[in-house]
Amino acid sequence: MPKLHHFHGGLHLDGHKAESLTQGLQQATLPERLYLPLRQHIGQYNKPLVDVGNKVLKGHVVAANSSLIRAAVHAPSSGTVSAIGKYPIAHPSGQSDDCIVIDIDGKDEAADPHIKDLTQLSPPELIELICRAGIVGLGGAAFPASPKIARGKTNGIDTLIINGVECEPYITCDDILMRSYADEVVRGSGYLQQILSPKTTLIAIEDNKPEAISSMSKALKDNSLANTELVSIPTIYPSGGEKQLIQVLTGKEVPHGQLAFDIGFFCQNVGTCVAITRALEQDQPLISRIVTISGDNIARPGNWETRLGTPISHLIELAGGYRQGDRGHLIMGGPMMGFALSGSQVPIVKASNNIMVTREETIARTPGYHDECIRCSKCTEVCPAQLLPQQLYWHTRAKAYDRTEEFHLFNCIECGCCSAVCPSQIPLVQYYRAAKSEIRATQKAQFKSDRARIRFEFREKRLLLKKQQDEERRRLKREALNKKRATSDETDSATDPVQAALERVKARKKAIQEEST
Amino acid sequence: MTSVIVSSPYVAPVNSLKRLMIQVIVALLPGTLAYAWQFGPGVLINICLAILFALGFEAGILKLRAKPVMPHLTDFSAVVAAWLFALCLPMHAPWWLVLVGIGFAMVAGKHLYGGLGFNPFNPAMVGYVALLISFPREMTTWYLPGSISGETLGLADAFSYTFGGADIQQWDALTSATPLDQLKTGIGLNIAIDEIRQAPLFGEFGGKGWEWIAFWWVVGGLWLLVTRTIRWHIPVALLGGMLVISSAFYLIDPDIYASPLFHLLSGAAVIGAFFIATDPVTAATTDKGRIIYGLLIGLLIYVIRVWGGFPDGVAFAVLLANMCVPLIDYYSQPRVYGEK
Amino acid sequence: MILAILTISLMAGLFGLILGYAAIRFKVEGNPVVDQIDSLLPQTQCGQCTYAGCRPYAEAIANGEAPINQCPPGGQSTIVALADLLGTEVLELNAEHGEHLEVPLVAIIDEQTCIGCTLCIQACPVDAILGAAKHMHTVIEDECTGCKLCLPPCPVDCIEMIPSVQTIDDWKWSTPRDQLELLKDA
Ligand code: SF4
Ligand code: SF4
Ligand code: SF4
Ligand code: SF4
Repeated sequence: MPKLHHFHGGLHLDGHKAESLTQGLQQATLPERLYLPLRQHIGQYNKPLVDVGNKVLKGHVVAANSSLIRAAVHAPSSGTVSAIGKYPIAHPSGQSDDCIVIDIDGKDEAADPHIKDLTQLSPPELIELICRAGIVGLGGAAFPASPKIARGKTNGIDTLIINGVECEPYITCDDILMRSYADEVVRGSGYLQQILSPKTTLIAIEDNKPEAISSMSKALKDNSLANTELVSIPTIYPSGGEKQLIQVLTGKEVPHGQLAFDIGFFCQNVGTCVAITRALEQDQPLISRIVTISGDNIARPGNWETRLGTPISHLIELAGGYRQGDRGHLIMGGPMMGFALSGSQVPIVKASNNIMVTREETIARTPGYHDECIRCSKCTEVCPAQLLPQQLYWHTRAKAYDRTEEFHLFNCIECGCCSAVCPSQIPLVQYYRAAKSEIRATQKAQFKSDRARIRFEFREKRLLLKKQQDEERRRLKREALNKKRATSDETDSATDPVQAALERVKARKKAIQEEST
Repeated sequence: MTSVIVSSPYVAPVNSLKRLMIQVIVALLPGTLAYAWQFGPGVLINICLAILFALGFEAGILKLRAKPVMPHLTDFSAVVAAWLFALCLPMHAPWWLVLVGIGFAMVAGKHLYGGLGFNPFNPAMVGYVALLISFPREMTTWYLPGSISGETLGLADAFSYTFGGADIQQWDALTSATPLDQLKTGIGLNIAIDEIRQAPLFGEFGGKGWEWIAFWWVVGGLWLLVTRTIRWHIPVALLGGMLVISSAFYLIDPDIYASPLFHLLSGAAVIGAFFIATDPVTAATTDKGRIIYGLLIGLLIYVIRVWGGFPDGVAFAVLLANMCVPLIDYYSQPRVYGEK
Repeated sequence: MILAILTISLMAGLFGLILGYAAIRFKVEGNPVVDQIDSLLPQTQCGQCTYAGCRPYAEAIANGEAPINQCPPGGQSTIVALADLLGTEVLELNAEHGEHLEVPLVAIIDEQTCIGCTLCIQACPVDAILGAAKHMHTVIEDECTGCKLCLPPCPVDCIEMIPSVQTIDDWKWSTPRDQLELLKDA
């Protein structure tokens, strides 16, 4: 067991995990229709590869793109593509986005798997298989797995960290996953070892999950992974954040502007390990995930293994409906970092680890109004990024965005600790998110105007060049003409042909006039 | 209603201004009661009056500024400021003195700067200093603690001098300067400290009676620390700073410089360390900054007491340090995660 | 008295020398102010500022010939940035030059009506229109700055300006204070 360290600040939160653990993992039934957003990862939009009316089998690629950071979308079950268009998706804006809609035929027919002998495959080939399966980080951030692994491979990895921490309240999907699929987690870690060949592997689990720890240690023994250790870490939010976890396990900080693999660490979520195992062993792409349904307004909280694209309303029905009234306030993700959903028609996507169903009043703060900052620094005390949240707040309020950057706004991981403890109850994170989106918009506009300048200047140059060329051509022509004229002057004493023609015309006119008179 | 999108975290807030201020009030109780026990109920009348006036001013100004009144009145910040202000007043302060002082504190010290959170100076101290400069005679005559004179003024007497305009001088036998005052005058007359301290005004360590009140302030301060209402940096640095500088001078010449314990336990040093300097709005915000801020106040208190024109220096020291806060904050920023 | 005058003239002379030296030593080539101003302008190249593009306007500002509030595409934020750079007062956008649009425009060509005359291609300052003579033309949306310069030359009026498509990525969080303003207005 390595010596554990601390990160700055953090919070001890009420876990609320027992509620959704009273039942084991359940398989969600198929809804009639699946809504698959074209983009379910961080990166560029996928393009649909199917048309309305196409039949698809479970596991068929329905949307993909060819950029570097990519994750394809696969049909989670067999059926017919019935529409491609804008539907509500899980996004803080509550807006709609491009989705492929599949009407399920209920047969759940799968395409034939191509199972390879994994021991014969080289790391790049394994990475390619993971890429084809459309796997993203299932901890909530949804960063595509294969480019991350590829970068890790080129940078060289010292320590592989398997993240089973799950520090946010209410969420238990990783807990139940480790209890139910411990073997697959361990085998997935094994494949990551095969690709990355790290010196050590640490599997980190918070100490409030004793059952997950015991089933994982059993699986570890059964599979005998080399240089692998199971580490139980103290329960404190946000120890599941990549940077915080690295700090807890090793005491090292990821330097500003760098990523974990730049200093030899590679973190992957336990759910992602299972997805990798299934992709490699069974040629099964990422078409389902475990979703926790929890909160104080759901009748039977629990965990369901759910096909992607399943509307949340379907899951709410499976969980026994609302406890009170006919609607609830829905949050995707945990209460600390999640976001509110526009309604229950929103589908489950790769990033949906948890759906919180609450009575409205349990989360509502009066929107907009809050007390003024009293500079008490309680926010500073809890900030795991060691920032000065109140300074960020003052500068955001004054719309002095360049000053927020001086105070390291972009180091903020939006963990919400500062908002939670602020005695003035300022929604600090919302200020930071607003500042970040404002800065990003400015950068985008700057990028665009820089491009426009380049194109404008290029055009000016081109026009100038064209003008010069035209002039040059005209000059050459004139010169040639002059030369010709000079030579014709010498050889032929006749005058300019134009002049001659004019004179001829004149002469004829004169003749006609004379005739008429 | 336009619906607005509210960001995470979606958890019930664990802190509130009200809770914080109530903690401070709770912590002030033991010291205040000890004070009243030593000096009579006048102090309680002052506190009630100051709170009443403060709330009145606060409500009036919030109305003028077209701000929501109720949420600000019920956050109790005005109550705390008024309480601290009233504790600085002499017991026999007439009602108009309280009115002028707290009025100045709330209007000039707080709302002219933009209200709670925007004021660079501690409002209670602003009010106190304004009075000290404008009405020095009223502000510096104190009267003897009950443990010396053997009697305390009753409630009726207290009312008569607060509202009836009775002059405190009529209880001449009971009035006196504060111990710090006396010390200063004595040293001015070249009397050795040992002799000065023979006077009945002085107790074992500090001023007689005062030292017990200081003890109860410490109890309240510990309560604030335990409930994490304040952090240790400012009180420890402040008292530590005073301790170091007063010990140094005491060692040099114990005849002219009073003992460190005397300095710590008399005057407003302890209440200043735990209650006044820790006002979050006007204090430094970083850990390092708070230590610097506390040290600065500690040193300034000593300097003003020993070499300045006023017997006690807490108010001036705090206001001076308030002025340095932006600078201290700027140069004491902590290292950010992942930065060198 | 004489000594004082002497000292002061001596000091003046000394500082003059230092300043003169610094001016030579730290001389910057070219005219970076124009570049800096130009980099703050939105590069729409629309000419609404009455100059033939952003750079000429930048030159005019640098020479003190034009005020900083003539660029509608840049809007208030550009004015603030310019004022910041030049150390001048922040002005209101001069409404004579046009109105600032929150969502920028892009041109679209009605491909049924387009006769392929190439006139718009010649007008576009950033080469955002593709097409050949007698063939239908089209606008590269990402490159179009929304300057409207292609509208007048079109003989069949087939170009239209529409608000550029706002994707989910363009959505912005707003601060609780701004939300409060919104709620008050509503
Ligand atoms: S916790 Fe809130 S009130 Fe305290 S300093 Fe931070 S932002 Fe200000
Ligand atoms: S949300 Fe940002 S500023 Fe607030 S505590 Fe977390 S990292 Fe720090
Ligand atoms: S008005 Fe148009 S041409 Fe002038 S600076 Fe602004 S964008 Fe450029
Ligand atoms: S396409 Fe038209 S509006 Fe767009 S940049 Fe070119 S000329 Fe301007």
